[in-house]
Parts: sequence; C-alpha cells; structure tokens
Amino acid sequence: MYFLYIVLLIALLVSFIADRTKTYRAIKIAFKKFTKILPAFASMLVLVSIILGLVPDSLIVHYLGESNMFQGVLMASFFGSITLMPGFIAFPLCGILLKKEVTYTVISAFTTTLMMVGFVTVPIEKRYFGGKVTVMRNALSLVIALIVAVVTGIFFGEILP
Amino acid sequence: MKTKILLKCAKAAGFAAYALFLLFSFLKGFEPGKKMAFNLSYFSLEMAKILPPAFILIGLFEVWVKKETIEKHFGSKSGIRGHIGGILLAGTTVGGLYVAFPVAYTLYRKGADLGVIFTYIAASAICRVPMTIFEASFLGIKFSIIRLSVSIPLVIISSMLLGKYLTRKGYTIRDGA
Repeated sequence: MYFLYIVLLIALLVSFIADRTKTYRAIKIAFKKFTKILPAFASMLVLVSIILGLVPDSLIVHYLGESNMFQGVLMASFFGSITLMPGFIAFPLCGILLKKEVTYTVISAFTTTLMMVGFVTVPIEKRYFGGKVTVMRNALSLVIALIVAVVTGIFFGEILP
Repeated sequence: MKTKILLKCAKAAGFAAYALFLLFSFLKGFEPGKKMAFNLSYFSLEMAKILPPAFILIGLFEVWVKKETIEKHFGSKSGIRGHIGGILLAGTTVGGLYVAFPVAYTLYRKGADLGVIFTYIAASAICRVPMTIFEASFLGIKFSIIRLSVSIPLVIISSMLLGKYLTRKGYTIRDGA
C-alpha cells in the first residue's frame, strides 16, 4: 500500500515538473474514469459484504475440513469463486485449514479460485468486457484453477502415490 | 429502453432494502447484519485507499505513455515478450482484479494485444509479488512455486487463444460506462 503512494507521489512530482497542463489533464482523466466506474464498485462492495456475511470463515473451515478430497475441491472452488478476501485474511485462513489436515489440493483450489475467479467483481468486469467475455474469462480461470489444484495434489503426494 | 429503466429501479430498490436491513440489524443487534455492515465499511475503506491513487496513475499513464511504446512492447507483434511484460506489470499491480480491469482498458486503448491483456488480468490475480510472499510464508515456498509454475503457462496459452478468437471476431473492450 505504501508502495502505491510512494510511486504516485514521485510520478505526480515528476509529471508536474515536466508539464503542468499535462498533469492537470491526467488528474481530470482519472477523475472522469473513476466516477464512471464508481457505481459498479458500489455494487461490488454490496455483494462482497452480503456474501462474506452469509459465508463466514468458520463455515468455510467447517465444510472444507469435513469432506473428502473430491468434494473438498468442488466446495473449495465454489467458496473461492464467490468470495473476495484480501490476502492477509485468506492466507491465515489457509494456515488454519492446513492445521485441520485439509489437503494442499483443496487449499490450492480455494486460493487459486479466490484470486482468479471473481463473482463479486462481475459488475466491474462486465462494464469493460461485456457479459459474454466476463463469463468466458471466469470459466477459463476456473478450469486453470482446477488443473493447478490437481498438479499441486500430485506434487504433494496427495493424488496418486 | 424500458427494461433498462426497470432494471435501474430494481437496483435502487435493492440498495435501499440493503441499507434498511443494515440499519435494522444495528437497532436490533442482529449479528449477521452487523457483520455485513462491518465488511462493507472495511472494504469501502480499502477501496478508498487504493482506487484514487490507482486511477491517478492510470491518468498519468494515459497522458505520458505513447501509443507506439505500448504497441511495440505489448502489441500484437510483441509475441511471448508481450505476455512476459504483462506478467511483470501485473506483479506490481496493487489490489487485484478490480484494479486490473481499468488498467486493462487503458492498455487496450494504447494498442496492447487482447491476448496480452488477458494475461495481464490473470497475472494480476495470481502473480502479485507482495501477495505471493505472504502466501509462501503461510503455505510454504513449494506450494507457491508449484502454483505459479503451473498457472503461468496455462494463463499465457489460454489468453493467447482467447485473444486470437476475440480479435478475429472484432471484439472491443468498452470504456466502463
């Protein structure tokens, strides 16, 4: 986060010294783009809060901890796809799952879908990419996540001896 | 046109119902509702911190970076180099997918190849450097290495195919309106 602000500060300063009007134009463009997409962000925020309210961490731990690997992978990709979590919540959660002897295969399915498949970001993605391509990209990401999960399982000796 | 207005009304009604529900939850001490309100404020704050600087950087990018530069490094003739460039750019992206989408549009406007853009989006989900370090500290470096070395080639291949297919169909990315 600090990194972002440091980069911004330096970029703005350099830009301002180099060309003042160009810098103003950049800020104007930023403002215009931001306000245009803001409603979609509001939709995303509402979706995130509802879904995380309905699917608390304890529920995820419960479901992923109690199922066999096949069900676990399916469940993990489902939870990973519908939720959005910042890393500092998601990875400690994975640490808990690991302690509960949830397999790396299942955890991999969860983290990869969490990162790549975004149900809650659909309102934003759709505005730029349209509904069809949004569905295509997310479906492709889900397939990739499942492949990653299986390969992870093979490397950790959980799938095939 | 009429359905569009109807949809807008439904959306507004949904927002209103949601706000009322949160208010009610607070008055009656309804836990799941309170949790939702907490999540909403937490994520809103997070967005408020990330989005303004991200969009200003996008604005600066728009006015300073020349179209030819992007075409050369990320354009349709950039080949695999463009995809690798997309992944490197994604490594420094803050936030995740929701920041990657507006950046992707700007790259597109400057002449980046669709395939490279899809690689950039996927990579900004899975290859962010701070996130990967954090992941490795909880799940082990072996886990992160496997995840990245399997997913990156798959991302590049699928993005190339999707990009080619959509380019052939004359697909364009929209401006977010």
